[in-house]
Amino acid sequence: MAMSWIWMGMVAAAMAYAALHGTGPALSGAVAAGTKQAVELGLSIAGSLCLWSGFAALLRAGGLQKRLAALLSPLLGRIYPTAARDPETMEALCGNTTANLLGLGNAATPLGIAAVRRMQTLAGSREATDEACRLIVMNTASIQLLPTTVAALRGGLGSASPFSILPAVWVTSLLSVSVGLLAARILQKWL
Amino acid sequence: MALTNYLVPAILLLAAASALRKRADVYGTLIEGGRDGLRLTAAILPSLVMLLTGLTLLRESGALGALTGLLAPLASAVGIPPETVPLLLVRPFSGSAALAVGAELMAVHGPDSLIGRTAAIMLGSTETTFYTVSVYFSAAGIRKSRFAVPAALTADAAGFLAAAFFARLLP
Repeated sequence: MAMSWIWMGMVAAAMAYAALHGTGPALSGAVAAGTKQAVELGLSIAGSLCLWSGFAALLRAGGLQKRLAALLSPLLGRIYPTAARDPETMEALCGNTTANLLGLGNAATPLGIAAVRRMQTLAGSREATDEACRLIVMNTASIQLLPTTVAALRGGLGSASPFSILPAVWVTSLLSVSVGLLAARILQKWL
Repeated sequence: MALTNYLVPAILLLAAASALRKRADVYGTLIEGGRDGLRLTAAILPSLVMLLTGLTLLRESGALGALTGLLAPLASAVGIPPETVPLLLVRPFSGSAALAVGAELMAVHGPDSLIGRTAAIMLGSTETTFYTVSVYFSAAGIRKSRFAVPAALTADAAGFLAAAFFARLLP
């Protein structure tokens, strides 16, 4: 529903602004240009998306996800001390974090939801627990190691080196997750 | 960055080798997974068409430029390129809209320009916050979300600032 309002707002704002500033003649051309640009963009990233979806399938087949999860479990135990005492929560938590790191969004969400459900059931409350909120922060801040869709976009638009943004993406992600967790630590006392 | 040149093929090879060790049909797995990519493209294309049409209308009418100009002093003051302001505004609400705005920025200014790189780093290091929060809380039956939204938005803000900073700092 929100998207309906956003989209109608975009079109209405463009019309109103054009009427006030006399840029109306550009509008019909803009519609044609916009659709053409979208299809060209879709075609130019289709190849990369195919390749990286194949890559994701290889990761699943190779069981890399499980090994990475085992590697992460000590670190996650420190972020989620209560959850760490329950193996079922911990398994979902590790799976969720690993899937996020590998960019397997479709696998990450059900695991994350399972972890939050389990946390809430154990706490016996409909009010989000501190650790459930922490999990949400970890999931709303991207921690993807290979942002393949963005790289596909860059490649499709003719970047000399689509993945050269990786180091910057990594430090930025790390910083934003850390700030999010820190904010959660501070806010949990009051909210 | 010489290392990132080899990163992509090396990662592909590593994933293939790990699948081979589990006696999986590597090529067959790649092809099967590749179909997901096509489905993903087909799934996002209609929203790209609608949103880029709306966005092009906003740009050609001059409204986008006016909005950017309005918020430019604020963005510049904290070191964020003013052109990326529309991206910041839609990012927490819609992933496909953010992708469309980011693509537009990269197309207009060039993917390797400072603005193009800043947009890419912002896209790559943040998520659709409100969507994620609502999915998680409704699925888990949580009534009171407490500090989840403010903390998540703080992380987003830090991400945007850091993206602008590191786009300048790193090549």
